[in-house]
Amino acid sequence: MALAALLLIPLYFMPFWTIDMNAPQYPEGIGMHIHINDLTGHKKHDLKSINQLNHYIGMKEIHKEDFKEFEIMPWVFGGMIVLGLAAAATGSVKLAITWLVLMVIIGVVGFIDFYMWGYDYGHNLNPNAAIKVPGMSYQPPLFGCKQLLNINACSWPTTGSIFIGLSFLMAGWVTWTEKFKK
Amino acid sequence: MSKKKNNKLRGILFGAGFVALAAFLFTGCPSDQRMLQSGDAAQKVYVAPGDHDEFYGFFSGGYSGQLSVWGLPSARMLKVIPVFSQDPETGYGYSEETKPLFNTSYGFIPWDDSHHPHISQTEGDSDGRWIFINANNTPRIARIDLTTFETKEILELPNTGGNHASSYVTSNTEYVIGATRFSIPYEKDLDVPINSYSDEFRGALSFIQVDQETGMMEMDFQIVVPPYNYDLGRAGKGVSGDWVFFTTYNTEEAHTMLEVNASRNDKDFIAAVNWKKAAELVRNGHGKTMDAEYYHNHYNGQNQGVAVSEVKNEVTVLDTREVDENFIYYLPTPKSPHGVDLDPTGEYIVGGGKLATVIPVHSFSNMLEAIENEEFDEFIDGIPVLNYDATIAGEVENPGLGPLHTEFDGKGYAYTSVYISSEIVKWSLDTFEVVDRIDSYYSIGHLMITGGDTVDPDAQYMVGLTKTAKDRYLPTGPKQNHPAQLYDISGDKMELLLDFPTIGEPHYAQAIRADKIKDNVKQIYEMEENDHPNAITRISDNRVERNGRDVHIYMGATRSHFRPDNIEGVKVGDTVYLHLTNMEQEWDVVHGIAIKGSTNSEILVAPGQTKTIKWEPTRTGIYPFYCTAFCSALHQEMQGYIRVSAPDSNVDLKWSTNE
Repeated sequence: MALAALLLIPLYFMPFWTIDMNAPQYPEGIGMHIHINDLTGHKKHDLKSINQLNHYIGMKEIHKEDFKEFEIMPWVFGGMIVLGLAAAATGSVKLAITWLVLMVIIGVVGFIDFYMWGYDYGHNLNPNAAIKVPGMSYQPPLFGCKQLLNINACSWPTTGSIFIGLSFLMAGWVTWTEKFKK
Repeated sequence: MSKKKNNKLRGILFGAGFVALAAFLFTGCPSDQRMLQSGDAAQKVYVAPGDHDEFYGFFSGGYSGQLSVWGLPSARMLKVIPVFSQDPETGYGYSEETKPLFNTSYGFIPWDDSHHPHISQTEGDSDGRWIFINANNTPRIARIDLTTFETKEILELPNTGGNHASSYVTSNTEYVIGATRFSIPYEKDLDVPINSYSDEFRGALSFIQVDQETGMMEMDFQIVVPPYNYDLGRAGKGVSGDWVFFTTYNTEEAHTMLEVNASRNDKDFIAAVNWKKAAELVRNGHGKTMDAEYYHNHYNGQNQGVAVSEVKNEVTVLDTREVDENFIYYLPTPKSPHGVDLDPTGEYIVGGGKLATVIPVHSFSNMLEAIENEEFDEFIDGIPVLNYDATIAGEVENPGLGPLHTEFDGKGYAYTSVYISSEIVKWSLDTFEVVDRIDSYYSIGHLMITGGDTVDPDAQYMVGLTKTAKDRYLPTGPKQNHPAQLYDISGDKMELLLDFPTIGEPHYAQAIRADKIKDNVKQIYEMEENDHPNAITRISDNRVERNGRDVHIYMGATRSHFRPDNIEGVKVGDTVYLHLTNMEQEWDVVHGIAIKGSTNSEILVAPGQTKTIKWEPTRTGIYPFYCTAFCSALHQEMQGYIRVSAPDSNVDLKWSTNE
């Protein structure tokens, strides 16, 4: 269980989600990474370029500072690490189950939050935008790929999420075996 | 069809006894019009769309003054780098930051004649850091940075006439060399009768030191030598790495009608200079300081910045008449030699005796031995002339008429371009016998082997740079572009693969394996490293400032607008400096600007770059300006207006965007 908790530490150093964008004039690729505390481009200046492209359709500029999530999430995962370690130290199955339930809740809330942001950025467009396609909105996919004008945007979990998955499975397995021993 | 015609013509010519006999006497067997089955040749030069060529080729622009960049073997032109001539397309030589590069001790010179590009070397191999190229007319050497493919520095050579034997580098780029082709009085601005040639005129060999970190050049010293024409040069390699070699013609010291008067002597010289020893003599105080005036134009070590012109007034000189120790030797070589070329081991010194009936090959070790044994025929101004038989290793018979330049494949063979008989001959460095020959179209000057003039050539391809196109392509008038031919030299026989027109008049060219350069090429100028004094790093910093009659516009460009795009308060008689920063940080997203009625050029500005263009409006009115590069979907909307009012009007200076 301690290991499961510690497996969340890498999240402070790597992204857990990626949005890949593919378009004919970007053979080199363009996209962004979501970390628990940051939002970065795949390459150094990708975020700037994405904002430049988005201004044509009237999308708000994407800036890390606009998301209070990036301030909250490090604390949330910090809490989960402490809670996980506490569960390990005390050997409390109850705590472990609480940990698992909380993880599921974090996941669900995370997805809802991500969807709401996507909806907001994709729909609340500047009415003076240069490019207006009737009926078109630009909400990025929650999971999977979606063609948005010339750009095929794909949204996938990335390295950080593997650690979340491993952590969850390990915690689940430990809890399961512990429970069955009793 | 036309090839058949050529064969027929050739048949008729060779049918005529006299002509055939003459041709045979001079050239031996005629060379072939050999070409691979066209399908095979096509396959060898086919580089699929989106794939990259194996080699970068850098071709001098000759009288265009520029340097063109090609992908080989496809012969796709990648770029023309402006060097010695103004380029209104990019604003090079028109923009405020590049204008100082064109300053010389004779003033601002908008043009020159660029001849011999040479890539910087490490341990005798091309390393892809910089490429140097010489200006022949007003003697200069330029350095081009191969991360941005931009000219970064131009150094003038003092007291030199016609810098032709340049810009070859030594094995570790310690020095770039230059020399006088047209001897002139060495003393600065000396006014003497032309027929005082032998008494008053001198040649100068220049040794320009290169800073290994920054690439910055500095005139270390010049060697003053007898008044011949110093034609071409090469640095030694391997065993001869401490030496450089120059050919001479006009040892007759003619100053008029050289085509006759400079062609009398059976032998002229190859000058062998021990540069290490010469540098040591200079360090030990054997040189003297002489007056000179020459310009050194560079960016002061900045990333971008504005070029500055530094004026130098002195040069250190070694005069062979005054220095007791020997550091330069003459090797008699037939006959008005043009090229001097060193094989990859550095042992063989090949002269291109353009009027000679053989190709003379000197041996470096024989030369050292002859120096050791003092086998000197005479001394000229303190320079020992070595005995021809003592240094010569072999003479290649039947090389054709007018051998000029030689390169090597590193597998024991040499390839010599032959101008008059318009062919390339391949010969063995072992037997000194011709083993193959092939036609060129027409009248070849330099040739170049991929990865050549190094200790380790990548001898897959050879490019012949020829002087006339005649019927080779669709005709384009009385003056046509100069051709180049690509040959496959990987097998025993040379095979013609491609024939393509170039820009200007390529003299020498070099090719380097692409992977030595391509990963270091910059995609953008990093905004945070933009050290241009008039850059804006955030687009919100855009503004207009008046300083007396000067108006400075600090403008930003981003897809798809300029900030500011409405400017009022400029007056007739003002000098307007428009500083445009391209705010993009995405590869190849270029913005440009042009103003109606400006007598200056446009400027093209790369991502993260800043350029300044000067504009002096002479009439009142409204001046539209627009982005000249198709930067984005709304490129056509990327425009603005400047209002120009009468000198005495009271229109306030103001600027805005979207108001």
